[in-house]
Amino acid sequence: MDFPTFLIQLLNSVQYALLLFLIASGLTLVFGIMGIINVAHGSFYMIGAYLAWSLTALTGHFWTALLIGTVLSVLLGFALEWLVIRYLYGRDLLYQVLLTYGLILVFEEVRSLLWGDDVRGVDIPGALASSLRLTDNLSYPVYRLAISVLCLALAAAMYWLIQKTRVGMMIRAGSANRQMVQSLGINVALLYRCVFALGVALAALAGMIAAPVSSVFPGMGNHVLIVCFVVVVIGGMGSIKGALIASLLIGLVDTFGKVLHLEIAGIHLLPELSSMSIYLLMAVILLWRPEGLFGAPGR
Amino acid sequence: MLRFNQVFRYLTLTACLRSLLALTLTFLVSAPTLAQQAKIKVGMMLPYTGTFAPLGVAIENGFRLGLEEQGGRLGGREVEIVKVDDESDPAKATDNINRLVTRDKVDVVLGTVHSGVAAAMVRVTRESGTLQIIPNAGLAPVSGPLCAPNIFRSSFSNWQSGYAMGVEMAARNKVKKVITIAWQYAAGEESVKGFKDGYTKGGGQIAKELWLPFPTVDFQALLTEIAAAKPDATYAFFAGAGAAKFLKDYDQAGLRKTIPLIGPGFLTDGILEATGGAAEGVETTLHYGDGIETPKNKAFRLAYAKTFKLQPDTYAVAGYDSAYLLGAGMKAVAGDISKRKELIAAMEHASIDSPRGKWTMSRAHNPIQDHYLRKVIGMENRVTSVAVRQLDDDPAMIAACKMGR
Repeated sequence: MDFPTFLIQLLNSVQYALLLFLIASGLTLVFGIMGIINVAHGSFYMIGAYLAWSLTALTGHFWTALLIGTVLSVLLGFALEWLVIRYLYGRDLLYQVLLTYGLILVFEEVRSLLWGDDVRGVDIPGALASSLRLTDNLSYPVYRLAISVLCLALAAAMYWLIQKTRVGMMIRAGSANRQMVQSLGINVALLYRCVFALGVALAALAGMIAAPVSSVFPGMGNHVLIVCFVVVVIGGMGSIKGALIASLLIGLVDTFGKVLHLEIAGIHLLPELSSMSIYLLMAVILLWRPEGLFGAPGR
Repeated sequence: MLRFNQVFRYLTLTACLRSLLALTLTFLVSAPTLAQQAKIKVGMMLPYTGTFAPLGVAIENGFRLGLEEQGGRLGGREVEIVKVDDESDPAKATDNINRLVTRDKVDVVLGTVHSGVAAAMVRVTRESGTLQIIPNAGLAPVSGPLCAPNIFRSSFSNWQSGYAMGVEMAARNKVKKVITIAWQYAAGEESVKGFKDGYTKGGGQIAKELWLPFPTVDFQALLTEIAAAKPDATYAFFAGAGAAKFLKDYDQAGLRKTIPLIGPGFLTDGILEATGGAAEGVETTLHYGDGIETPKNKAFRLAYAKTFKLQPDTYAVAGYDSAYLLGAGMKAVAGDISKRKELIAAMEHASIDSPRGKWTMSRAHNPIQDHYLRKVIGMENRVTSVAVRQLDDDPAMIAACKMGR
C-alpha cells in the first residue's frame, strides 16, 4: 500500500466511524441515562432511511425530507416512550430485550406494509453530488465528506448539550439518582421521554443521511445494530466519549482488516479473518477493561 | 318444546339424506375414472414473504402460465397446487419440505430461490424420492455431488454465468488483468470460480480476489484498493440490495468510467430502478435478458403481461419452463407418475423451447443453455450478443455427479 492509498483508507475509516458513532451514541445515551437496552435501535436507522426515501419522493427535496423526517422521528420517539418504554424502567434486562426485540418485528412488518420490500435508492442532493478527484482514477464523493462534517457537528452539539447546559445537568443527575432528582421537583418522566426521543432521532437521522450513499432495503438496521453494540460495549455502556473513541477504533480495524495482508507461519490471517477483526478487538479490550474503555466500573 | 324438537329432527334427517345422496352421486359419476383422473399434486415451496417474495411470486406466475398453455393439465391429469412459504429461512426449510412430502404427500416439489433452503430440500427429496424441480437456486452441488435422478434444475448454476463472462473477457484484447470482488459465501465463490475458469483458460490473469462477509455492504475500503491496483476490469458478484449499493458506490468513486464493471446477471437484475443510473453501461452475462427478439419470447412476454399485469423476468421464465419440463415428463407416461423411470428419462431428454432460447438437460440435470452478454441501457439489461452458446455446467461438478439409480 503506497502512502496516498494509505491516507485514503484512513479517510474511509474515519468516515465510516463517524456515521457509526452517530447511530451508537443514541444507543449508549438511552442505556447510560435510562438504563434501557434497546435492541430495536437498528430499526430506527432503517425507518430513517425509508423516511428519507419516501419524503424525498413526496417533497422532491432531500433537505426538506431530512427536516420533516427528523421531526417525525422525534414524535415517534415520544410516542414509543409513552406507549411502551416507560413500563420498562427498573425492570429486569430480559423484559427490555424481549420487548424491544418484539418492536423490531413490528417495525419490519409496518415497513413492509407501508413501503413494501423493494430495494430503494435516494439521489444525492444536487449541491453535493460532485466528486473530488484524489488520485488519477479514484474520486471521493463530496457527499461522504459532508456526512462526516455533519456527524462531527452533531457530536459537538451533543457534548455541549450534556456537559454545558442546564438540561444536560438534569439528564446527568437523573441518571445518577432518579429519586433524588425527582424530589428536587424536576420532572424526570418528561426528561426521560426527551432523552429517548433524542436517541431515536439520532439513529433515524443517521439512516436518513446514509440513505443516499447506502441504499434503502428491508432489514438494513440489523447489521448496523450488531456493530453498534460492539461500539457501545468497547466504549463503555453509557459513555458518549467512549462511543466516539470506540467508533474510531472499529473504523480503523474494520477498514484495514479488509485491505491489509497478514500472514503468520504460512497461515493467511488477513484479510481472510477480517470479518472477525472487530469482535477480536472487543474481546481483547474486554479482557483488559471488562467495563469498556470509559465505562463506570460495577455497573 | 315438542314442536321445536320435531322441526330440528326433520331438518337433521333431510340434511343427512341430502349429503348421502350427493355423496352417492359423486361416487357414481367419478368411480370409473377415479384412478386416472386423480389430480397430480404440485407442492410449491417458494418465498412469499421477505426480500425474495417478488421472486417467489414470479416463479409461481410463470408456472401457472406454462400450465395454462398446456390446457391446465399435465399428461392428461389436472393439477392441484399446494403452497408453502419458505420465508427464505434455511432453519425452517427441513420442516417445510417434510410437511409437503410427508403430510401433503405431493407428487412434485417446485422450489426454491434461496440456495441454503434448496440444499435442505434436496437432502429430504433425495431420501423420499419425490420429484423436485429447482426453479432458481444456483448452488453447484445440486448438479454435482448431491445430484439425484429425481432432482432437476430449470434455472442455472452459479458457475455458468461466471464462466460465460470469463470467456467473453478473455476474448477482449484490452482486458489483461481483472480484480474480482464478491460476498464470501457459496454463491459468490461459485460465481468467481466460474469467471476464473473461463478467463484464465483464455489467457487472462486474476490480479486480486477481494471478499466481503455476506451480506455486508461496506465497500469503500475495497473500492480504494481497486482504484490503486488499476485492473482492466472488475468482476463483481452481489445481488439484491447489496448489488444496488455496490453499483452506486462504484459509480460515486468515479470508477465506472475508468475501470469497466462486469458480473453475472444478478448484479443488475431487478434493481436498476434503485441505482438511479449508476449502473449505466455495466456488462453482465445471464441466460436471459431484455430484448430477445424470438417469436417465443415475444408471445411469452405478451401473455405474461396480460395475465398478471406485470413484466416477466428471469424468475418467471424459470417457473414457466418448469411447467413445460414437468409436462414433457408427464406426457411420456400419459399421466401415470408411478412409471418413474420413463418419466425421469423423458425429462432428461426434453428439449425446452423456452423464452430464453432452446435448452436441454445435462447429464447432471442442469440446463445446457445459451448465455447472453447484456449491457445496462436505461432501465433494461439489453442483450447485445451471445457470450457462449449451449453452455454446460462446471466439468468438475459434472464429474462429481454419480447418478445412483
